[in-house]
Amino acid sequence: MPPTLEPKKTLLDSKQIRRLVRRIAGEIVEQAGGTTDLMLVGIRSRGVPFAERLAVEIEAMEGAAVPVGTLDITLYRDDLSTIAPQPVVRETKLGQPIDDRVIVLCDDVLFSGRTIRAALDALIDYGRPRAVRLAVVVDRGHRELPIQADYVGKVVPTASDEHVEVRFDEVDGTTDVRLFTREEEA
Amino acid sequence: MAPAAETRSAAAWTRKDLLGIAELSADEIRTILDTAESFREVAERPIKKVPTLRGKTVVNLFFESSTRTRSSFEIAEKRLSADGLNFSASTSALTKGESLVDTALNLQAMAPDLIVIRHAYPGAPHMLARRLKAGVINAGDGAHEHPTQALLDAFTIRQRKGRIEGLKVSIVGDIEHSRVVRSNIHLLRKLGAEVTVAAPRTLMPVDVESMGVRAVHSIDEAIDGADVIMMLRIQLERQGRMSFPSTREYFNLFGLTTERMARAKEGVIVMHPGPMNRGVEIASDVADGPFSVILEQVTNGVAVRMAVLYLLSGVRSEDGGEG
Repeated sequence: MPPTLEPKKTLLDSKQIRRLVRRIAGEIVEQAGGTTDLMLVGIRSRGVPFAERLAVEIEAMEGAAVPVGTLDITLYRDDLSTIAPQPVVRETKLGQPIDDRVIVLCDDVLFSGRTIRAALDALIDYGRPRAVRLAVVVDRGHRELPIQADYVGKVVPTASDEHVEVRFDEVDGTTDVRLFTREEEA
Repeated sequence: MAPAAETRSAAAWTRKDLLGIAELSADEIRTILDTAESFREVAERPIKKVPTLRGKTVVNLFFESSTRTRSSFEIAEKRLSADGLNFSASTSALTKGESLVDTALNLQAMAPDLIVIRHAYPGAPHMLARRLKAGVINAGDGAHEHPTQALLDAFTIRQRKGRIEGLKVSIVGDIEHSRVVRSNIHLLRKLGAEVTVAAPRTLMPVDVESMGVRAVHSIDEAIDGADVIMMLRIQLERQGRMSFPSTREYFNLFGLTTERMARAKEGVIVMHPGPMNRGVEIASDVADGPFSVILEQVTNGVAVRMAVLYLLSGVRSEDGGEG
């Protein structure tokens, strides 16, 4: 996709992202009434650094470490029979049982909702959480399934052919959110 | 989702069939092994099943007896939610005189997505692959190749040793009649291991060194300095003529015993593709001993076969199997 798309503008810089992570961390703890039974699960790949950053902020706030797991949803995708070749499967590492925990799924961009549907199916195969919530950096609209986020960094109205990319220092060497738009035909 | 982040070094899988290791590139082998890494985790879950191949049909066509390989494929299929269908020589129409191609064309008419085949004739899977739309996986063709065995062996070595490149691997036993050894030599050489094969002269092919391996006729020479010792089964049923005087004599000269293991390199691992003949090629003490990774091989076999089923099922073949 990137070769046909031009970066149009930067929606969020690293400072703004740091602030919104801190805010969401506060919201999570406030709603959960603390950190007991709380667990963050990052959806591969950019949900993982997001979850890790939330955990750091929560620990700074509450003085208690919150476990962080990673989830790969490839095996649960609903488009496997329509795409070729097969996407790369990576490991899921939850690290501990999820039964009776409050799970906060973390992802970078909420778009069609299909990733989250797959993530919910994957999660249920590991146990029965008390509750599952959803935190995203950006909600760009265009849902195809009845799924909404509990914690949103920023709502960004987009056109369906645009593309939103979140980058984190830990994996990309820089932190920002950029909007890409299809290049005008010459 | 950020598509740019999904680019990665692993080569995309484009083959419809897995017929042998000989034709694979080192990158393709790594793609299978890396994918298997992720599938291994599925076996450790409370619910050992993923919906990935829902609605896909896999036919297991076994013209030769097999317990381990067939059940391994069957479990892999079930864990991926594919529907598996078993044909074995004893119950199939093959014993009624139907040719392999006719059997296959009849199966094709039922529109399976993948066919796993074991056959006594080298090249049988290749012929099916050319004729059929379905992807074909070679589960052993005569003394030719057994690719998934070599892949699970490599997976096990990588897991234990962290790498394959630069390792000294010795394969001991019936080199002449073994499809496992052929696939393993191809794979280990492609990934940069040094391979030694050891066998009595009667069980050693004359031109084996042309495959890039060192050939020796003493097990002690093979054990010396090896990081991995792979024992092969003496295939009593495949030997029309006896290639050695007695199984006891074979054990005395080529059996892997505790005494011989005492001279092995520290950290050595002992492998066997199974089924084992205890007291023929390997002593019970060694098979059950601390160096043995034989049961890990079986566990890893399921993950490797899941990876192969997953990768092949993503390749379309709209225009028959040609090419």
